[in-house]
Amino acid sequence: MTALAASLEDADMTAPAPSISLRRRSFARPLLYGALVLCALLTMLPFVWVAGGSLRSLAEIRSDPGAWLPHHVTLDNFVRLFRTEGFARFLTNSVVVATLVVIGNIVAASAAGYALAKFDFAGRRIAFGAVMAAMMVPFTAVFVPQFVLTVDMGLADTLAGIALPAVAMPMSVFIMRQYAMSIPDDLLEAARIDGAGEFRIFFRIFLPLAGPAVATITIMSFLASWNNFIWPLIVAQSTSTYTLPVGLAATSQAAAHVTDYGLMLAGAIVVMLPVLALFLLLQRYFVQGIAGTGMR
Amino acid sequence: MTATPVRRTAVAWLFLTPFMVVFLLYTAIPTVAALGFSLTDLRGTDLRHPFAVDFTGVENYLRLFQDETFLRDILNTALFVAVGVPLTMGIGFALALTLNSGVRRLRSLFRTVFFAPVVTNVVAVALIWQYAFNAGGTVNKALGAVGFAGPNWLDDPNLAMPVVILLGVWRNFGTAMVLFLAGLQAIPRDVYEAAALDGAGRWRQLRHITLPLLLPTTLMVSVLLTVFYLQVFDEPYLLTDGGPLGSTESVALYTYHQFGAGEFGMSSAASFVMLVLVTLVSLVQFRLLRPRA
Repeated sequence: MTALAASLEDADMTAPAPSISLRRRSFARPLLYGALVLCALLTMLPFVWVAGGSLRSLAEIRSDPGAWLPHHVTLDNFVRLFRTEGFARFLTNSVVVATLVVIGNIVAASAAGYALAKFDFAGRRIAFGAVMAAMMVPFTAVFVPQFVLTVDMGLADTLAGIALPAVAMPMSVFIMRQYAMSIPDDLLEAARIDGAGEFRIFFRIFLPLAGPAVATITIMSFLASWNNFIWPLIVAQSTSTYTLPVGLAATSQAAAHVTDYGLMLAGAIVVMLPVLALFLLLQRYFVQGIAGTGMR
Repeated sequence: MTATPVRRTAVAWLFLTPFMVVFLLYTAIPTVAALGFSLTDLRGTDLRHPFAVDFTGVENYLRLFQDETFLRDILNTALFVAVGVPLTMGIGFALALTLNSGVRRLRSLFRTVFFAPVVTNVVAVALIWQYAFNAGGTVNKALGAVGFAGPNWLDDPNLAMPVVILLGVWRNFGTAMVLFLAGLQAIPRDVYEAAALDGAGRWRQLRHITLPLLLPTTLMVSVLLTVFYLQVFDEPYLLTDGGPLGSTESVALYTYHQFGAGEFGMSSAASFVMLVLVTLVSLVQFRLLRPRA
């Protein structure tokens, strides 16, 4: 599976000869680009709707809800959004939860992935089987016991309760294991001969080398946490623990009667923007993570 | 295998501990517990006295398969899979083939654009969808410009599902595209060169080289999407909450609604049916993929 990711990477850098040559057909190329541009525009339409809508004044939206672009560009919706009660809190909660999840993933996955790749030990097959099984159990099949457990641990309606299940994403362990396998054993063995202890080797030799894998895990787990919806929806019971998506959904349901689309679309922008910006900067890692693991 | 030193085993398990604790707490134990719950009449109000619940055996499952709502939701979910999977795969495959075959310049730009929906927040996108598919929304305005009077999409039992599926397809075709692209680029180029020398044209190359060699990728993508759409929750919950008249309620939404109503036993039974379905599909995946891997 990582071979797939590797080939994807190569392909971008080397610009390979087209596998199905269209060079001889002069009319095919413009047609191809035309079709792609059309598809790209269709894909981007929702982003245009949200950007256009969020920059329109309330009065403009009321008089003509479906218009594409604003007559007068205004940031009024964003100003109102940040003044809305709870919004700053939702934003803070999302940041706190994402931070916990990312740190937890780096700690748990780097240690587990390293052990799975570099130790020959009793129970290794079972441990790796557990990681793979955890990847496959659907969330909807286990959320009731997870909720009961969270209540029992006194973590219902807390940010820790929202973050905890995601601090050990199996996909992170898998990515880390694949990366650790590519690090030569000789390197670790040399340190061992020099008398370094196992934890010293892990922290001083493996972790500094694991930068790319840590970056991938950081991005994937941040994305998963920032966009997570069902679990925070179940655990957060009061507005003080709502994350941004839950708060936004609740606000929009409450506002459904007054239809304050300006506020909702501004909220949508604020939720999407960090991830889209991160994605544009680091899309290679996102794509690598998806292609490499075959997971969503 | 030679005997593994005890010390190394202990150190390895120490490294694994943080992950394993969370795995046990949030995956292993809940899976067993879900089965247990599904055999009881556990309700939300019983949480403080978990041992007071009655063991009811398979009663929940019997109720489930006599519940017209649940049966309807299975059909809805099947519809979602039957339409969503081929559509998502078709678009993803067509784009991957196009990007891989002729387009060198701007390839990474196109890939970025087509992948962007995958990383966007579903709540945010659902709000945009509601805005656009409203009675007076952007879509109907566009339809009005060409002379059609647009319907109230999300309030119409016949039209809500297509809109919900459209959102699912929009969010997922980028994943399919990336996986197909990776599969296409793993096919050695000299195979095509040899075929071209033998006089095979584009269509014959597609039929006799690309499609057969891409079969493992195709299987993986189809199973991945099937498992994903089987569990569809976000899109129908956010756009319609299963309505109108239950026309978009999925099995996952059924478990959530039962959970919300305090029917933890019924919810667990429904979710266990889901677990069995997903496991079956995953097993089929492994059976089909193993010879190649």
